[in-house]
Amino acid sequence: MRIAMRIALAASAALLALGTAQAQEKVLKIGTEGAYPPFNNLTADGKLEGFDVDIAQALCDEMKVKCEFIAQDWDGIIPALQAGKFDAIIASMSITPERMEKVDFTNKYYNTPPAIAAPKDSDIKGVTKEDLAGKTIGVQASTTHFNYSTATYTDSTVKPYPTAQEYQLDLANGRLDAVNDDIVVLSQWLDSPDGACCKLIGAIKPVVEIHGPGAGIAIRKGETALRDQFNAAIDAIRANGKYKEINDKYFKFDVYGGDS
Amino acid sequence: MQSVWTLLSWGSEGWLDDIAYGALVTVCLALATLPVGLLIGFLIALAKQSSERSLRLAGDIYTTIFRGLPELLTLFLVFFGAQIGIQQAVRLFNPEATVEVNSFVSGMIALGVVFSSYASEVFLSAFRAIPQGQYEGGFAVGLSKAQTMRLVVLPQLIRIALPGLANLWLILLKDTSLVSAIGLTDILRQAGVAARVTKHAFLFFGVAALIYLALAIVSSIGISAIERWVGKQEAHR
Amino acid sequence: MSASMQTADSVERPPLPPHGWSRQRILGYGLVVLWAFMGIGLVAYLISAWNTELFQKYAPGYVSGIGITLSLVGISIVVGAILSVPIAYGRMSRNPVIAGLAYAYVYFFRGTPLLAQAFLVYYGFGSFRPELDAVGLWWFFREAFNCAIFAFSLNTAAYQAEILRGAIQSVPKGQWEGAASLGLHKLQTLRKIILPQALIVALRPYGNEVILMIKGSAIVAIITVYDLMGITRLTYSRTFDFQSYLWAAIIYLLIVETLRHAIDWIERRITRHLKR
Repeated sequence: MRIAMRIALAASAALLALGTAQAQEKVLKIGTEGAYPPFNNLTADGKLEGFDVDIAQALCDEMKVKCEFIAQDWDGIIPALQAGKFDAIIASMSITPERMEKVDFTNKYYNTPPAIAAPKDSDIKGVTKEDLAGKTIGVQASTTHFNYSTATYTDSTVKPYPTAQEYQLDLANGRLDAVNDDIVVLSQWLDSPDGACCKLIGAIKPVVEIHGPGAGIAIRKGETALRDQFNAAIDAIRANGKYKEINDKYFKFDVYGGDS
Repeated sequence: MQSVWTLLSWGSEGWLDDIAYGALVTVCLALATLPVGLLIGFLIALAKQSSERSLRLAGDIYTTIFRGLPELLTLFLVFFGAQIGIQQAVRLFNPEATVEVNSFVSGMIALGVVFSSYASEVFLSAFRAIPQGQYEGGFAVGLSKAQTMRLVVLPQLIRIALPGLANLWLILLKDTSLVSAIGLTDILRQAGVAARVTKHAFLFFGVAALIYLALAIVSSIGISAIERWVGKQEAHR
Repeated sequence: MSASMQTADSVERPPLPPHGWSRQRILGYGLVVLWAFMGIGLVAYLISAWNTELFQKYAPGYVSGIGITLSLVGISIVVGAILSVPIAYGRMSRNPVIAGLAYAYVYFFRGTPLLAQAFLVYYGFGSFRPELDAVGLWWFFREAFNCAIFAFSLNTAAYQAEILRGAIQSVPKGQWEGAASLGLHKLQTLRKIILPQALIVALRPYGNEVILMIKGSAIVAIITVYDLMGITRLTYSRTFDFQSYLWAAIIYLLIVETLRHAIDWIERRITRHLKR
């Protein structure tokens, strides 16, 4: 019994030592989702790629720190940040008042409007509540789009999905009448062979209280030093052309949006 | 559209290597959980067949909780709860320290407690199948309590408990699929990523199901080998 | 163990029952106190974290989640029970083809995770929409809830078939022979003599199967059915408040414990005639 106790103690001490040793190496760990192309997604060889990932890498280079990327499911991404599994979320997360109660945000690093997509033979004419009455709308759970849909389309059934790719599957096979997500994400998908089933109905005018001023980098509350570093780095890559280079690699227009 | 064989090929184009890695994670997780679950389960069974009422009560509370909660919920409780809890406890001593309870360890703990609560029942009924005379016999030939347990009771216990434990192993193997929900890249998660990216859902989930089936078949063969071996040990006596 | 204790033990007498504060008792009391402490901690946390606004906003969701969980399990268990009869019959059949098919069915559904089966039905069948449309089944598989029912029913049918088979085979052969000698035909024997005895054996495994289904049903949250677990995840991902999981844990424990006690009670009722 006593020997078993001692082994258990030694093992737990080793675990703790491992934990503290990792902290001292000063690697900035970045959490992202990996299921939200073109912003972030996983390739067949298990690597993360996309606009968010490239921007994050550029920011890390600018800040002269070593960065490590961690893929985390969307609905657990803020708890994982709080629990210390990584130090920042760079995953197209909109800056909203609801989230700001739990985490701090940097300034936005892009801002694109939301939109509605539907099958090509759909009779949906517009994006208002009346246009979508009685329809089933797919959204990704715990996103601004979910909040907007449940608040706006009260005559429709709003179905939350764990990732964007899953509602895409269900829109393509006809389980859904429409989906609501970021216009860039939808357009990219509609342009791909998988999105051949469907078309864009139209953009939605963003509501600041729900959609916020754009996508920012989330960090744990009170870590102002890290936030200031990120903000400075965002300004720097905007100024030195690195941002434009990445922007043009993915998009034909400027995703940064107007100054707000 | 790529052909099925490209999708299932090895390398950067195909997904077979990713799914194989997932299978490795699944097997490692199950193997790492097994000793933890067996040890805790045995200790709980000892407590539950003790003559001390408070020990029995403590053991019963443990099994009631972990057999009553859905495995998925236990996993989330450990993954989100334990991390925050341990973090706060450690910060009391060292405010700089970060403790990483990663999804592998969370999975191990959660599956381990679930496994142990079922294993304790298997051990308990095995204990009950051993006649009191075996203990008395042990004392009669001058063995201490620990020696009686180790030399007389345990060998019989393992033999009686083996079928039940084998069954629990098969359940454990399937339950590891739940860790895909907390981001561990096991078989099912890798299959899910492949299905989402390639849109060939039936193909990849079908492959995942077949791998689980193969693991179950291999386990069954292994288990019957162990059972034969234990049976032979018994015959030698 | 020290040497002096060894010699004391070698006297041929079993150890006395413990009295006073034995090591076991200290450990036992310590553990019970630890559990009590954790229980009090949980209650204290839930009271301190109580938020009426939050409760009013999310409690209705939990209630509907419980409803979905219970109806999902209820329907699946009944459908599974009906399906299990031919499968159990197949398992006991002397025809090697039928027995083999039934065995393969049972092996597949018991050998693969329920989660994988649910994915296979929901997303896998989803990719066969044109084919399903052609045979007029798509309306059924369009709904996630129906897909869950489909997967769960097939799964529990495999387990229930094994329970049924085990229970029928546990009735001694002499009962069949006795009934045959009284001139009862096979179906009558099964209904009047074998099943009543088999059901007593099967009650506990059936009860366990229901409990396993309730716990297993938590995975439907992943295929967009918002049952108790799904609502919990949704609530957590909006509020990031850990109590959403704790409430779900309490509700699941209550459901499972109620069921367990109900099964105990039924078992005591129907085995009254066996007590001496």
